[in-house]
Amino acid sequence: MKLRAGRFLKSTEFYLFLVIAGIMVFLTVLTEDFFSVENLFDVLMSYSFLGVMAVGLLVVLISGGIDISFTATATVAQYVMATTLIRHGGGWWLTFLIPIAIGITLGAMNALLIYSLRVHSIIITIATLNIFYGVLIFLTGGKWIYNFPDWFAQGLSLFDFAAASGKIYSFSLSIIVLVAAIAITGFILNKTSVGRQIYAMGGNTEAAKRVGFNLLGLHFFVYCYMGFLAGTAGLVQAQLVQTVAPNSMVGRELEVVAAVVLGGASLAGGAGTLLGTVLGVALIAIMSNGLTLMGVSSYWHQVVIGLIILGSVSITAFNRKREEKRHAGIEV
Amino acid sequence: MNRDMFLELRNISKRFHGVQALSRVDFALQAGEVHCIVGENGSGKSTLIKIISGVYTPEAGGEIFIDGALQHDMTPGRSTHLGIQVIYQDLSLFPNLRVAENIAIRHHLEPGRLMVKQKKIMETALYAMAKINVSLDPERLVEKLSVADRQLVAICRAIAAEARLVIMDEPTSSLTRQEVDALFAVVKDLQEKKITIVFVSHRLNEVMEIAERVTVLRDGVKVGTYDAKEMDDRKLSYLMTGQDISYSTVKPEFNLDRIVLEAQGLSKKGNYRDISFRLRAGEILGVTGLLGSGRTELALSLFGMNPPEAGRILVDGKAVNLTTNRQAIAEGISYVSEDRLTLGLVMKQSVGNNIVLTVLQRLLNRLNLIENKKREVFIRERIGDLHIKVSSPDVPVNTLSGGNQQRVVLAKWIATRPKVLILDAPTVGVDVAAKAGIYDIVKRLAAEGVGILLISDEVPEVLSNCHRILLMRKGRVVGEYLAAEISEKELGQKINEA
Repeated sequence: MKLRAGRFLKSTEFYLFLVIAGIMVFLTVLTEDFFSVENLFDVLMSYSFLGVMAVGLLVVLISGGIDISFTATATVAQYVMATTLIRHGGGWWLTFLIPIAIGITLGAMNALLIYSLRVHSIIITIATLNIFYGVLIFLTGGKWIYNFPDWFAQGLSLFDFAAASGKIYSFSLSIIVLVAAIAITGFILNKTSVGRQIYAMGGNTEAAKRVGFNLLGLHFFVYCYMGFLAGTAGLVQAQLVQTVAPNSMVGRELEVVAAVVLGGASLAGGAGTLLGTVLGVALIAIMSNGLTLMGVSSYWHQVVIGLIILGSVSITAFNRKREEKRHAGIEV
Repeated sequence: MNRDMFLELRNISKRFHGVQALSRVDFALQAGEVHCIVGENGSGKSTLIKIISGVYTPEAGGEIFIDGALQHDMTPGRSTHLGIQVIYQDLSLFPNLRVAENIAIRHHLEPGRLMVKQKKIMETALYAMAKINVSLDPERLVEKLSVADRQLVAICRAIAAEARLVIMDEPTSSLTRQEVDALFAVVKDLQEKKITIVFVSHRLNEVMEIAERVTVLRDGVKVGTYDAKEMDDRKLSYLMTGQDISYSTVKPEFNLDRIVLEAQGLSKKGNYRDISFRLRAGEILGVTGLLGSGRTELALSLFGMNPPEAGRILVDGKAVNLTTNRQAIAEGISYVSEDRLTLGLVMKQSVGNNIVLTVLQRLLNRLNLIENKKREVFIRERIGDLHIKVSSPDVPVNTLSGGNQQRVVLAKWIATRPKVLILDAPTVGVDVAAKAGIYDIVKRLAAEGVGILLISDEVPEVLSNCHRILLMRKGRVVGEYLAAEISEKELGQKINEA
């Protein structure tokens, strides 16, 4: 047990936790609004769809691949969903079914291309990002969609409670989905056979092949799961802003990649934890929120996020170097 | 030795695109024996293993029997089912997973398994480790283990898969002597459990220690299977190459007066301590010792890549301060690294481009661009000089054999006209016949007045090439011997003394 605690103190998650805590203290002191139920809830709501996608991307990174196309997948999914609901009507079940089915289908296309062409997944998914998004814009003219039915605007909610201001808060759709995505992903990665095979494949693909893993099946699982979560995130985002704007998510994929890598997932595959990913997203969310509250121009947000990523990656590299030095010595 | 036959191959042939990789090979393994397969690169060793493990299917007419039963369609899955496990040179482990999970990796493949049972994984791992008296922390990540321990994990994984035949490809190539001994102890344990072991190895002397029988392959044909007790290095080399190779022990004379390289009390914490020696022009000085004795660290220091903390380095009697390899090259020191594949060569580039890499400045014309004619003449000279066998200087280096690759590395460094040439394990992975060619080059350079530091743990190699030998242990020089005055056996013992 002592050993475990020691390991945790050296982990990326712990560093992230410290950094987040530090920033939160800083923001609480510096701004009036940061540390309030309202604000924290707003941050949680507005970042939950990114969190859902980040969790899916974590699985892809662990498997040794990467996916850039998920924002396009989410956009296509929410666009088709919104159009169907408005034109033909439908209930909640269709609202979930459509984006999920589209997400899984597009994910399967990614998986098939990556597996059969044996080209690095970053190239394939950059291509499919452009294709998915390009076709959508071509067919729809990029028109925004607003006029959702009332029941969709109301959303789903659990446990309503009133904040100090008297405003009613509740665990809304986006939060429920985020929590569910984290729970399901954690379960898959740690408790199921397929999850462990994903870790193994990311650690050493050639060995996984030799042991007899079904690599095609694993590719399908990984990219379809990413698609599934991307589709769901598309739904969540549309419900949150009550608008479907084709250009609102595409372009933010690197923000998600950054969050997951910040959380300790390796671009080389085989490494990454759910806690790290959640903290990575939290760090970026809180940072952006804090900068907004402090009235800093949104262009600076990107600079600051870039600096955070560089800083955190440097700490990791520095630690690794120190570790290597410690092991390299010969007793003299 | 009247044991049951575990596996028998009859009349096995295999062709790839018109190349005959194996031709009418018969091969048999008794249950519980330790059998070695030796042969030069391209002799068909790996093809034979892949036929046994079901990766390749033999040509019509070949038969595979296991436990006396004819096998019609061997596939990797089928061979695993029959208890055949191959441990490849790269070990095929999952560095990011724990020891236990690596050993019990097949747990995830059980039909119908959805959920992981940690308890079962742990049980399997502990059972496999106990079976061959190995104790590793099952919770440790494999990436944190030494190469030797990783090898044990791979063996345990084979045990956990109910192996009856374990084939190990070059298992000793990156182990220290103590680790090899530990590995052999494990092999003995396996043997007691009636598990058959096949070694594929380049290192003949190690092979002889453990094997009961040896099968020699040459050019896809089986030369024969022999009782290991009747074999020695020389006989095996002869069988493998078809020629009687003896390394000349004649060494060039050297100039006693000119000291090209001198080390005075070099120390670096955690690397080596208080190292002093003199290297004369034309002298071949051997540095030997176990892996981890500090020999490579010392070599890197002399090449400016690992600056010492104390002591002086003198080149031609002049103290030099070497903090980068560029300075070392400028002082006339060249270094052929142990790991030629990753450090010595640009594998995908052509032979010609590799050779001129170190001397690009000398090939420039007035516009400071590379003059093609000069370049070509230079490359042709070097290729002819070192007898590099290539169809054209434009073929990529990674298509050459190990021996020819090593010649390209040598050509690259000789091109800098060094005063001192440091060779770190220059013949690792080079065929027996090709070694002799490399030794000739080394001796010729010495005769031309280059001081040579030859780092190697192969006793015959240092004895037949060096004038003088320094023995390193735990970072110190613990002995100095004249090659003419020490026998192979004595030196071997001294190297392995604790």
